[in-house]
Amino acid sequence: MYSPQIVVEALLNGLMLGAIYALIALGLTLIYGVLHIVNFAHGALLTVAMFMVWLACARFGLDPYLAILFVAPAMFALGYALQRFIIGPASHGKDNGILLVTLGLSIIIENALLAAFQSDTRTITTDYSFRVVELGPLLLSFPRVVGFGVTIATTLLLWLVLHQTDIGKAIRAVAKEKLGASLVGISVPHVYAMTFAIGCACLAVAAGLLMPSFYVSPKTGAAFVLVAFTIVVLGGMGSIPGALIGGLLIGVVEAASSLFLGDSLGQIGIFLIFIVTLLVRPTGLFGARA
Amino acid sequence: MTRSSKSLSRRTVLKSGVALTSMLAAPGLLRAEPAPVKVGLLQPISGAFALDGDLAKIGAEFAVKEINDAGGIKALGGAKLDLVVGDSRSNAEAGAQATEELQSAGVAAVLGGFASGIALTATQAAARYDLPFVVDCAVADTITERGLKNTFRFNPNFSMATAVALKNLVKLNDDAGKPVKTVAIVHEDGLFGSGLAKIMQEKLPPLGFQIVETIAHPTPARDMTNVVLRLRALNPDLIVPSHYFNEFVLMARTLQQQRVRAKGIYAVFGGAASSYRFVNEFPEAAQGVMDCNHWGDPKSPITAKLRETVTAAGKFYAYNTPINYSLVKVFAQAVEKAGSADRAKIIEALAANEFDSGIMPYGKTKFDAKGQNSSALPLNTQVQGKDIKVIYPAEYADAKPVFPING
Repeated sequence: MYSPQIVVEALLNGLMLGAIYALIALGLTLIYGVLHIVNFAHGALLTVAMFMVWLACARFGLDPYLAILFVAPAMFALGYALQRFIIGPASHGKDNGILLVTLGLSIIIENALLAAFQSDTRTITTDYSFRVVELGPLLLSFPRVVGFGVTIATTLLLWLVLHQTDIGKAIRAVAKEKLGASLVGISVPHVYAMTFAIGCACLAVAAGLLMPSFYVSPKTGAAFVLVAFTIVVLGGMGSIPGALIGGLLIGVVEAASSLFLGDSLGQIGIFLIFIVTLLVRPTGLFGARA
Repeated sequence: MTRSSKSLSRRTVLKSGVALTSMLAAPGLLRAEPAPVKVGLLQPISGAFALDGDLAKIGAEFAVKEINDAGGIKALGGAKLDLVVGDSRSNAEAGAQATEELQSAGVAAVLGGFASGIALTATQAAARYDLPFVVDCAVADTITERGLKNTFRFNPNFSMATAVALKNLVKLNDDAGKPVKTVAIVHEDGLFGSGLAKIMQEKLPPLGFQIVETIAHPTPARDMTNVVLRLRALNPDLIVPSHYFNEFVLMARTLQQQRVRAKGIYAVFGGAASSYRFVNEFPEAAQGVMDCNHWGDPKSPITAKLRETVTAAGKFYAYNTPINYSLVKVFAQAVEKAGSADRAKIIEALAANEFDSGIMPYGKTKFDAKGQNSSALPLNTQVQGKDIKVIYPAEYADAKPVFPING
């Protein structure tokens, strides 16, 4: 059997990868919690952010972590515009309309990326891409350790924004009682667009954290979005702590099951924990009770 | 002031008038030029395999130009080849559709197909019109097992390639004093990877290799750390991977990071050792990696020319270019031998004759009763320095294998 060192390393690695899953799920859960949209374009938007990070590095020689500072506002603006001018108006306020619009959007984005970048796989190599953090006998990937730290910081920041700022309070008000919020003068379309924008900015952070050790091609986002959807439901749809804990949990479960069952079968672990949780708590870990 | 043509002389006008009239009056002269032979190239020009399709097209275009510049198809009075490209959009359904489009464009044959799934549906679609189809790279054995008269495969199939890969692996190990005793197989869990893993599991133990683990992973994979951690725990002498480019990149980078140093990495149809892209981007992780794959003859001067053409276009050279170049050459010979662009006659000519194999290391191409080129052969390659070298078989090799790579 495996030495304790290997098992611990696998679990820590799972925890750190789970943090990045959580960051991707964070945007998704926020958008669901406020707009009640299941955003099918989330994966494609992650790919867009990854390409932006890649461009910043390849064209302007920017470090991928620094690139986050530029890509996050760009993704924020893109998210705002998408919700304000495309998703909102095109859905005519109907839920199934929104589903179709986001699905269509994901197809358009993927194909536009394909036209622009071909199916080429692109990577960034930095001098720390292969660096390891040696923790006693443990070898931990440096980009993963950074990813973990930045995810925790981003989640805290998001929590502060939602609880301490005016726009955060408006977002929470709209999420709780849309009609009431609009009656006290909150512009619901603006709040919706701001929420979507924040969700997209989270993707920019995730993209910056992934790129030093991962690749991007026009379909890369798809590899992450299914697991992000699982995390959102597992954590309780719309719950921010749920997304964080759910992401970390899924990461660890995936690592443990793929270490012991093999990578292919290991994916079963994700769905087993998902089904068991929903059997015990149908609203998810942190979901509001009906 | 420069002299301008503001006033055309009467003589010039007359001269051009005469020339124009004689051209219009003598369509018979134009008719003397034989009708071009349309040849279809089915490749993934868009979608996930777009890069492969692009490289294949460069090879085919190069061959068409070469043939046309040398006077076209002699048996047809110097008829030129006219390449019509069909886009399979990297999926099987669109592959069949594109074949229908090529059929309506009036091509004499279809070349290409690239991936097994696409080649399976496309050859089937072509069979309905008795349209000859010569496959370039698809390896699934079934492609030539369905009794389709129109279907020929230029490249080695799966069974042929694995047989060669295993034979060369034994030789490699024996020559180095048998450093490899234990093997770990890492494969993607689709048709391609699991098929390969199954053959390896059956055939490696009788050859004296102990399989310590077979690790399957999904495609796309989000992370290879767990695969690599298992490898680190098992510490096999040799790693035999079969997966697609992205997963190979992830695995090789993680192996490097986790300091797993096997005595060798020996891939079959995949891996860094048949990708200049990987070698350029990750020279350290690619060092010493071996592959058994489609590969053009490195000693042919045309190989060098094709490589220059591809790199001049800012692309990374791969096997798609030489194999499609050679495929067009085989097709041209078949038309010469048929003495006609008639489909039935081309099928007959393909089935009955031997052909020069262009720059592929196949000696004389000869299609057997099922349409499989019985002399097709994959080559063993290894990344050495910044280049990809052929290490087996000896007649095509341009370098000696470096093995074992880590002491």
